[in-house]
Amino acid sequence: MERIPILRMGPFLIVSIQVDMHDRLALTLQADLAARISETGARGLLLDISSLEVVDSFIGRMISDIAGTSRVLDAETVVVGIQPAVAITLVELGLSLPGVRTALNVEKGMALLRAATADARQWDAAAGSETSSENADGSAAM
Amino acid sequence: MAVLRCETMPVRSQQDVVAVRQSVRSWAVAQGLSLVDQTKIVTAASELARNTLDHGGGGTARLEAVSDDGRAGLRLTFEDRGPGIADVSLAMTDGYSTGKGLGLGLGGAKRLSNDFDLWSRAGEGTRVTITKWK
Repeated sequence: MERIPILRMGPFLIVSIQVDMHDRLALTLQADLAARISETGARGLLLDISSLEVVDSFIGRMISDIAGTSRVLDAETVVVGIQPAVAITLVELGLSLPGVRTALNVEKGMALLRAATADARQWDAAAGSETSSENADGSAAM
Repeated sequence: MAVLRCETMPVRSQQDVVAVRQSVRSWAVAQGLSLVDQTKIVTAASELARNTLDHGGGGTARLEAVSDDGRAGLRLTFEDRGPGIADVSLAMTDGYSTGKGLGLGLGGAKRLSNDFDLWSRAGEGTRVTITKWK
């Protein structure tokens, strides 16, 4: 069965869509991605659509759904490489991809993912130290 | 208006929808449409072809290279013998959908083209014609 490859790079998953997708292929990608995020505990997903010459409402919804699903699975999504003509068409079609982070290219997208996950790590570290100080307080009181 | 070239393609499967998109792209290039206009008409064609397949139970797409007063254009007609559209103005409303889509198909296709014509009769079928002019 035809499938779009999902690459893993450290804590991130990378997908580059290089084919004109029919609807079922788009749905398969959506399901495959959710499974891989859950399996690998990936913190981020980079979706490169620079080869897509057309993004219609179905593919637009797929992109929104992928971003939404990965958010629920604790991973950030950045969509990169939207062609200018595709951007103009999407907005005129009535789709502005609300809630989807975008970057102009792969490099900027990776930087955005690293920054977003670094924030998350800092947050985890801060939360961790708070917990340990509570424990310390607790034992001191006893 | 003169029709310079005409081709009819089947819209019976998701692969046919992809084939229609690709043909519309090459015809739009041949008619000299700008990249943005090519993208708009290919996107509109994708929406309408999916409607033909999902709502009309399949049908045909006719591509026509047209010329009016020296102006080149691309006219597309999507036709099915499906159940038809019960309420056309409701179907044109953004966000209204009876299927699995976003309900942007018809309204979106109209916004993306220069001319738009919709004919539908309950129990007889639906025909949508759009034209993009250079």
